[in-house]
Amino acid sequence: MASANQTIDVAYVANLARLELNAAACAQFQRQIATIVEYVRQIGELNLDGIEPTSHGQPVYNVYREDVERPSLPHDPVLANAPTRLDDEFKVPRIVE
Amino acid sequence: MVPEINKLTVRQAVDGIRAGAFSSVELTRAVLAATAKHAALNAYIWLDAADALHQAGAADAARQAGQAGALLGVPLAIKDVLNVAGQPCTCGSKILKGYTSLYDATAIARLRAAGAIFVGRTNMDEFAMGSTTENSAYGPTRNPAAPDHVAGGSSGGSAAAVAGGLALAALGSDTGGSVRQPASFCGCVGLKPSYGRVSRYGLVSYASSLDQIGPLARTVSDAALLLGVMAGRDAMDATTLDKSVPDFAAALQGDLRGMRLGMPREYFVDGMNPEVAAAVKAAIARCQELGAEIVEVSLPHTKYAVATYYILAAAEASANLARFDGVRYGFRAAAGDSPIEMYKKTRAEGFGSEVQRRIILGTYVLSSGYYDAYYLRAQKVRTLIRRDFDAAFTQCDALLTPVTPAPAYRLGETMDDPLHMYLGDIFTVTANLAGICGLSVPCGRTRVGLPVGLQVLGPAFGEEKIIRVGAAFERSGGAVP
Repeated sequence: MASANQTIDVAYVANLARLELNAAACAQFQRQIATIVEYVRQIGELNLDGIEPTSHGQPVYNVYREDVERPSLPHDPVLANAPTRLDDEFKVPRIVE
Repeated sequence: MVPEINKLTVRQAVDGIRAGAFSSVELTRAVLAATAKHAALNAYIWLDAADALHQAGAADAARQAGQAGALLGVPLAIKDVLNVAGQPCTCGSKILKGYTSLYDATAIARLRAAGAIFVGRTNMDEFAMGSTTENSAYGPTRNPAAPDHVAGGSSGGSAAAVAGGLALAALGSDTGGSVRQPASFCGCVGLKPSYGRVSRYGLVSYASSLDQIGPLARTVSDAALLLGVMAGRDAMDATTLDKSVPDFAAALQGDLRGMRLGMPREYFVDGMNPEVAAAVKAAIARCQELGAEIVEVSLPHTKYAVATYYILAAAEASANLARFDGVRYGFRAAAGDSPIEMYKKTRAEGFGSEVQRRIILGTYVLSSGYYDAYYLRAQKVRTLIRRDFDAAFTQCDALLTPVTPAPAYRLGETMDDPLHMYLGDIFTVTANLAGICGLSVPCGRTRVGLPVGLQVLGPAFGEEKIIRVGAAFERSGGAVP
């Protein structure tokens, strides 16, 4: 587990996760999450050679269904849940110059 | 009018409505009156009395027209993470404030088809992340048995509603114990089905490989009734398994003679609360008196379960919660000239601390350079934990364990120490990791009156076994004095 020897840099990871933390939150999370990372690191002590990973609650593989057209949700109630809308679209800050 | 009809079991209520002893409207009024009287519990975060009575009136009319659904006219409380068409769904979060559900979750649609009515939305830890229901944007829920203690979590509002008489039964979701643990803390029954037994369609995702919807109820019989209505393959959730749903009511009648029940030695450890240990051991002795053979078994990787769970659950959460970005639903922060800035401010202001912690932890364990050391390793340990259970279930039909190492925490006790709260999940997260089923049944109280739960774990799709054990224990007198 050589790659896990450094501790977490919360400010860096928060940016990856698109969370803007103020200095106080960052310091508190740094302390709390570093403790949690230290704890979960104990799985490093197991020998896992040859063990297959489990990714799901039950082994389910490809599940197929008929490709049939169905009505989608109506626009109006969907857009009524949006913070801002412009006619039949979600309104967001400008993306392109 | 029968006194306190809000405290009847679901089966008693169904019989009472069918026999004409009271109507669904009268029953719903009793529930609403109890809810108003015990508003300080903060079990519900949204409730519309007029709407509930309207649903009840429709149920009474349907009965008069000759309909007889299995749950016709029964008022249920629904955790605020399951979509009920036309009702809000905030997941206990500020980021979904004002969101209205556009459709019924499959579990809700099936209960609705059986005649159930949906009184309101119960409080929860934000996005089901927490074990106390203190991590809610809408304030903590209090434990009806001891109001200065937590109700448990994350389905704390549902457990408090059932234990306090504020609903006949409720739904919760269980990702690492979130149905079983609050049921244990509040003194009601909670059932986590096997992964794939109940459709997750319309359940807001936390950790998709672990999440299951489960009932909270006053009796094992009621939990089995609700499970039977909800269970089964659903085209809208490809992870539901195409297995026939057994007659859970038949399992209620079985006794324990001929059953082998395992006591995993790793679940009875030093440092446990002695009153919890004593109550659970007394319950196991009772099962033996009822005819079960008790065998000791080992689940050797138990000590790694909490670490494995928090890596996998946080990783899945960080991906699932990426959708909350202030564009399509709920809250958007005022400032932000670019989309990235808008996302970052919205998520920082909209999510509470526990959710942010888990998103950061999850992003970290999935990030380049750490993926193999944390996420992939945890998936491999999950395989070992699952194999532990496979081996144990070759030696016994079901396992008997405590639900938690200690009874309900005091309010505020774990708030600055998340790891302390996580460690309390040691006996429940294993069932989610292995995909098996589990039941929490009240088995006693501590000297100061805090409820204690017995956990019955069964193999995947072995709900009949845990229902049989739970019902036999309950029939023998239930909670040990």
